[in-house]
Amino acid sequence: MPLRIGIVGVGYSGFDSMTPGLSTRELMFEAATRAYEDAGVDPRKDVQSFICCTEDFWEGISITDEYMPDQLGAVLKPLCTISSDGIVGIATACMHIKSGIADVAVVESHSKISDVVNPDEISSFALDPIYEHHVNADPRFVAGLEMARYLKETATKRDYCAQVAVKNKKNALLNPRGVHGANLDKDAVLNSKVASSPLTELESSKTIDGSIVFVLASAQKAKKLGNHTVWINGIGWSSDTPWLEDRDMARAAYAEQSAARAYKMAGVRNPPTYFDFAEVDDTYSYKELQSLEALKLAAKGKAGKMVESGAFDRDGRLPVNASGGSLGVGHLLEATGLHRMLEAVLQLRGQSGRLQIPRAKKAVVQSWRGIPTATGAVAVLGN
Amino acid sequence: MKVSQKITSYPGHEITPEDVKEGKYLDVVYKFEPKYSWAAGVAISRFLSELRERKIIARKCMNCKRILVPPRMYCEQCFRPTDEWVQIKDTGTINTYSISHVGTDARRLKTPILVAVVDLDGATPGMGILHNLGEVEPSKVKVGMKVKAVWKSSSERQGAITDIRYFKPMGEE
Repeated sequence: MPLRIGIVGVGYSGFDSMTPGLSTRELMFEAATRAYEDAGVDPRKDVQSFICCTEDFWEGISITDEYMPDQLGAVLKPLCTISSDGIVGIATACMHIKSGIADVAVVESHSKISDVVNPDEISSFALDPIYEHHVNADPRFVAGLEMARYLKETATKRDYCAQVAVKNKKNALLNPRGVHGANLDKDAVLNSKVASSPLTELESSKTIDGSIVFVLASAQKAKKLGNHTVWINGIGWSSDTPWLEDRDMARAAYAEQSAARAYKMAGVRNPPTYFDFAEVDDTYSYKELQSLEALKLAAKGKAGKMVESGAFDRDGRLPVNASGGSLGVGHLLEATGLHRMLEAVLQLRGQSGRLQIPRAKKAVVQSWRGIPTATGAVAVLGN
Repeated sequence: MKVSQKITSYPGHEITPEDVKEGKYLDVVYKFEPKYSWAAGVAISRFLSELRERKIIARKCMNCKRILVPPRMYCEQCFRPTDEWVQIKDTGTINTYSISHVGTDARRLKTPILVAVVDLDGATPGMGILHNLGEVEPSKVKVGMKVKAVWKSSSERQGAITDIRYFKPMGEE
C-alpha cells in the first residue's frame, strides 16, 4: 500500500544570497504565512504537529528549538526540532499523521547562512575531533575524495561532471528562485578554480538564505483541503557509518537504502520508466551522477554518459534537476531537501511556469545532508 | 543509603592538572571558533534604534489588542502581522527577580548580579524586558516594586540593550 500523505500547502521566502533585512524568525513567518494560505489552514486551530529541521551551529543559538514556535503559529502546541535534512522532517510528519497524533502537520526548514561569518569552521567541526581534525583544509576535501574514488571506480569521464554544472546552472536561468543560474560551457566549469581536486569551484553549490514550509495532511483531511494536493507515496531515509576511512566513497549507499525503502512503499518497480522527472542531490557536480545511480535511474557508471547525451536535460528522457538544483538555485543547508520537494510539488501542480515539464505526474526527490555526512532521504511523489 | 555512600574507594588513578601539564596523559585540544553576525530583523532593528534615542518601542496587534515587547512583526497568539509601533514607558514593575551569586565561569561572585523581568508601563501586563537591577540593596528587592530605567548618556548609547544600564527603584524620586 502506498503511503498516501497529502502535501496540501507549500510556502517559501528568501532565495537570495543574503537577507539582511529580515531576522531568521521573520523569514520563517513569511514562508509560513504563504504555506498556510496555500493550504487554507489556520495554524492556531488546524495543525496538531510542527517540525523544524535545523542545526544549532548553523543558527548560532544552542537549543534553537525553543525559538521556533512563535513565527510558525505553534505556541503551546506540539513542536520538535530535528537536526537533519528537511525530508527527514517530512518523514517524521508522515509518522505523526499515520500514528493518528495529527491529521495536519507542518514541516519547516531554513538557511540563514548569511548570518554565519565562517561556515567552513562549522563543517570542519563536524569531522571526528580526535581522528580527523588534523586535516587543516577547506572541508570540501571530503567531496574531492569522494569524487576521485567515484570517477576511478565507475570510469566516468571527468568532463561529464562538468556537464552537470552546465545543465543545472542553465536550467536555473528559467527559475525565479535560481540565484546561481548561468550560461556556461564545460570549459568554463573545468577551468574554474580548483576547490579540492578534482572538484572545481563551479562544480560546488553556493549557499543561499531561504525558508520553506510544508503543510501535510492525512488522505481523508487532504480531500477537504484545496484541490491541488500532491501525494507522498513513499519515503525513506538512511545513514551510513561516519568513518570517512571506512565507507564506500564511490557510492551513495545511504541514497540506495533510502530509495529502496521509498520505492518499496510506493510500489515502484522500474524507476527509469516510472518517473516523469527527478530532483536529486547536486550539492557537488559528481553527486548528481552518484545519486542517479543510487536511485537506479542510471546503471552504475552510466549516469555521466547519459548527462552528456542530454537524457537528463529539461526536454530529455528524464528531466533531472530541471529547477536548477543546488548548483543553479543555491544550497539551503538543512532546507535543501525541502527545496527539492518544493520544486517537485510545483511541477506536479503544473505551477512551474517556464520550467514546467509537460504531463508531469510522478517524481522522485532525493537529498543529502552535505559533507562530511553520509545521510540522505528519498521521497516518491505523485499528483 | 545512597549507592555512592557505599563506595569507600574508587578504582583507577586520579589525574591531576599537573599530570596533564607535564604531558603524562594524551589529550586533544581544539578551539572551535564559529562567528555569527545575526540580522536583527525589522522589529528588533527598530527597537534598538529607538533605544539609542532613549525610547522603548513596542508593536500592537489590532486583533488581540496586545502591545508586544520585545516587539515582533507577527502576533504569536493570533498568527497575523502586527499593526503599529507604540512607544511605551521606561518605567515598570518587577514581575520576578533573582540574585545570582555564580558567574558564567561557575565562580562565586563577590558582588551578586540582580536579574529581573520588568513589566513595562504601557505594554500589555505581563510583557516587558529582562534586565539588571542597580542602586538597590539585594535584600530590599521585591516583586511588585516600581522601577525606572537608568540610561547611558547619549554619546555612550549605541543601539544595544545595554543602552539601559539597569533599572533602579523609583522610590523617593
